[in-house]
Amino acid sequence: MTLIERVLTIAIAAVTNFLTRWLPFVIFTNRKEGQQSVVPFVKELGDFLPPAIMMMLVVYCYRNLNLFNLNHSIPEILAGIITVIIHLWRRSMFLSLIAGTLSYILLLNFVF
Amino acid sequence: MHKKITNFRYAFITSIPVLFGYVILGMGYGLYMHNLGFSFWYPTLMAMTIYGGSVEFLIANLLLQHFNPVNVLLLTAVLGFRQFFYGISMLTKYPHHGWRKWVLLFGMSDETFVLNYYTKIPHGCDKDVVRTWITVLDYFYWALGAFLGGYLGGVLHLQIRGLDFVMTALFLVLTVEQVLKEKNHLSSISGFLITLVSLLFVGQSYFMVVALLLLVLEFYLIYRRGGIKHDLN
Repeated sequence: MTLIERVLTIAIAAVTNFLTRWLPFVIFTNRKEGQQSVVPFVKELGDFLPPAIMMMLVVYCYRNLNLFNLNHSIPEILAGIITVIIHLWRRSMFLSLIAGTLSYILLLNFVF
Repeated sequence: MHKKITNFRYAFITSIPVLFGYVILGMGYGLYMHNLGFSFWYPTLMAMTIYGGSVEFLIANLLLQHFNPVNVLLLTAVLGFRQFFYGISMLTKYPHHGWRKWVLLFGMSDETFVLNYYTKIPHGCDKDVVRTWITVLDYFYWALGAFLGGYLGGVLHLQIRGLDFVMTALFLVLTVEQVLKEKNHLSSISGFLITLVSLLFVGQSYFMVVALLLLVLEFYLIYRRGGIKHDLN
């Protein structure tokens, strides 16, 4: 690739990526008498999706896990369980994050 | 003036997990591009213009192949597909006018969406201002990480294996909070099962696209039958 082709590649990716973030605001906004409102179905969809997306992102974090051979993933699984248990116990985000991440580092480097 | 500090302080405290996550992941990305043979300018500028982790890793690879703009567009659109649904969920939370709208939408990465959607902003703070600060801070962390990774790449081999788990931990904690908060678990359960099944059947490249389409289909069927009684949150 020439420099110009590289710049174009990056520019196309940047614009496309921005479009995926911006398009809902273009498509699903009604313009009525100067006021803007959101189409009802889309508004309710927007309320329905976030808990599902949260779960989706957790599954995404664990996407490399092989269900039929869990040996390589023990640190991830254990540290995840520790994070959840500590969070249920104390409900303190910082404590949970520190405990979870620290246990992952220790498990990964010193145990497995 | 005092209020501004409160808004910023609240945004900064909220963004601290992402500070660690992004600087570390960003450094990983910068190092990755360094190892592909790129100068530190590439990861830094790509972080600042594209600003989407998985897209940037992919483009780094594509830059080494023949120029194919259609391919770049399609792959970026597929990877960015989920952000379209972040936008839908933010239609009622982000302003539709003014400069903040552009900052908030440009900077709507996974983590920033999650913080801006789920964080309960206290009464004394201005929601739009706090969300804008969170967006700007997250953006800065990522760009800084990419720069550091690319710049220090060959010089330092400083690495703490496993520190990037902070991102997974953040998502886990916020998921627990979400599940404890909601009265109706339909969305959470659907999200978990549908994504898992999609991953098993479709594989890593497209499972999120398929899962999102299935979730929209599911909600469409619910909506046609009269919708969910408003007790989701």
